[in-house]
Amino acid sequence: MGTQNLPRRALGRLLLAAGLLLALAGTVTARTVVDSAGRSVEVPDTITRVFAAGPPASTMLYVLAPEKMIGWVRAPRAPEKPYLLPATRDLPELGRLSGRGDTLNLERLIAAKPDLVIDFGTINDTYRSLADRVHQQTGIPYLLIDGRFANTPAAFRLLADILGVKERGEALAKATEAIFAEVDRVRAAVPDDKRPKVYLARGPEGLESGSRGSINTEIIERVGGINVVTGLREKGGIVNVSPEQLLTWRPDIVVTMEPRFAAMVAGKPIWATVPAIETGRVYLAPTLPFGFIDGPPSVNRLVGLIWLLHAFYPDEVKADLRDEVRGFYRLFYQVDLDDDALAQLLAPRKP
Amino acid sequence: MTRPPLRTTSVFIVLTTAVVVLMLIAATIGPYRIPPLTVLKALGERLAGVGGNGAVETVLFNIRLPRIVAAVLVGAALAAAGAAYQSLFRNPLVSPDILGVSTGAGLGAVVGILLGMPVMVIQLFGFGGGLAIVLMVMTLSRMLRSSGDILVLVLAGIVVGALAGAGISLVKVLADPYDQLPAITFWLLGSLAGVKAGDVMSTLPAVAVGVAPLVLLRWRIGVLSLGDDEARALGIEVARLRVIVIAGATLATASVVAISGVIGWVGLMVPHMARLMVGPRFDRQLPAAILIGAAFMIVVDTLARTAAAIEIPLGVLTAIIGGPMFVWLLARSRRIIAP
Repeated sequence: MGTQNLPRRALGRLLLAAGLLLALAGTVTARTVVDSAGRSVEVPDTITRVFAAGPPASTMLYVLAPEKMIGWVRAPRAPEKPYLLPATRDLPELGRLSGRGDTLNLERLIAAKPDLVIDFGTINDTYRSLADRVHQQTGIPYLLIDGRFANTPAAFRLLADILGVKERGEALAKATEAIFAEVDRVRAAVPDDKRPKVYLARGPEGLESGSRGSINTEIIERVGGINVVTGLREKGGIVNVSPEQLLTWRPDIVVTMEPRFAAMVAGKPIWATVPAIETGRVYLAPTLPFGFIDGPPSVNRLVGLIWLLHAFYPDEVKADLRDEVRGFYRLFYQVDLDDDALAQLLAPRKP
Repeated sequence: MTRPPLRTTSVFIVLTTAVVVLMLIAATIGPYRIPPLTVLKALGERLAGVGGNGAVETVLFNIRLPRIVAAVLVGAALAAAGAAYQSLFRNPLVSPDILGVSTGAGLGAVVGILLGMPVMVIQLFGFGGGLAIVLMVMTLSRMLRSSGDILVLVLAGIVVGALAGAGISLVKVLADPYDQLPAITFWLLGSLAGVKAGDVMSTLPAVAVGVAPLVLLRWRIGVLSLGDDEARALGIEVARLRVIVIAGATLATASVVAISGVIGWVGLMVPHMARLMVGPRFDRQLPAAILIGAAFMIVVDTLARTAAAIEIPLGVLTAIIGGPMFVWLLARSRRIIAP
């Protein structure tokens, strides 16, 4: 026994030593990847724990590789949980890395032991330098992925390659391309003068909106809706709108994410003569588990595209909205919606 | 119920010890649990030039200690500037922001964030914005009253500060609501969460250059609080001294605000605490304020990074802690003034 054990024990020690060596010298098993900002970053060969730096990245990571999530930027609230994979529902809220105003403590980041930090969104010098700083300070590789909507298929493929989930990335990229293609088909089929004039109502009174070219209204414009809010600002986010302007814009369709506003709008005198209210074309966008229009502006907006096509062009789109949404949730969010959950999701939608 | 005044020297010994002890305690506290002995060991090893580069060292030397040193710098600089201004303006309600330095730094930094600049450039913008605003205030008051009336100076500060504040609001409206606006909001509330050792190294000389003239000229600044005529009678060039004090206080404030963001209350409240401990003489009050400011910011920043799961903005904490403390101080000092 003893003589047989000796070489085995030696082998065991050798393996242990080798393992230790590999663990110590992370560079041995590392590879270099290039992120969307053109930064070359060394990452471990196998990545199992990923931290998402902001809400868009969090959604992206959930869709692509939920098993690699170590937490949420903002933990899911009770109504959102049934629409998420059970394993991710109770992951902790870790806060965000958003530049100077991190709500995430870097020590907490290190304590969470991620293999990688990813951010998905705008790429500019602020984010480049922030990523470099956090990488230097913590030693955790930090990747920036271009979050522009049109870049979504490429972002899926790039990140899937890095995370080692190539097949899933390819499937998601293909599905995204199919959604984009359907949007382009419908847009091509609808002549310019048949495109609806759309107003995105935000805020409790519905008097906040996103001006044309803003990230908030990006998908409305993508499906060919004419965002009525212009001229307030060249490009950018939320603007305040006066009721007078609203009456001159005369939108055919109002899209909102505020259930209270959607329920009240018909009774508000200043809205009464807006064509969208007169014809009842007020659409309340679903928000479970992620918003359909924005909030966050990430891959969750893909299902928003489908939903908007149905809302804007009911004659042009033949497929069943319920089937399409169900299919999207199955592929992207990996949850099967039963009839109740689907109804609950889409119920607020006004006819 | 009059108490014998504490011996000034012993007050300074106690305060200095408190700062050092608080720094050590703060080094052992944090979301990443490191046993106190490990901290001391790692510190000793680093001082001896040995020691590894594991997670403990990363947390301690790349994250925690730079923050603690930065907190010391921020507290010391803001308190020194506040004490100098309170003496200069002969008004206990004055804070380092009176001439718009914080607002200017805020405007510079938010413009940097809006333009998507690297973090280093954002800090430079903040620093430059603070200096530029105070320069504008000084020039404006000079143009209005060549004699350099203090009231005109303060009014010019209010006007230019309001303009800079309007600029900040405009930038907020223009900013991207998803990635720039949160960064701007947090910057304006102050935080040391992202401070690196390099930031501390670049700020330290600027703070030293700014605070040094205040310390060196502490006697004359003290005389200034008696009134311009009295100071002149004692042979002090009031106008020149005033410019030096403003320049020094502005440099110190702008350089710390550039790395920490806007932090209120410290510069207003700490000089009062110092006055309570060592009396109204500026030459004693200034060093006491520097030490108390440093200690106070260590405590506040330690709370900011440990009290909740997420970072709490410093501006929020200084107001929550500082407000009630200030009221308590006022109540106490009233008893002292009118027994």
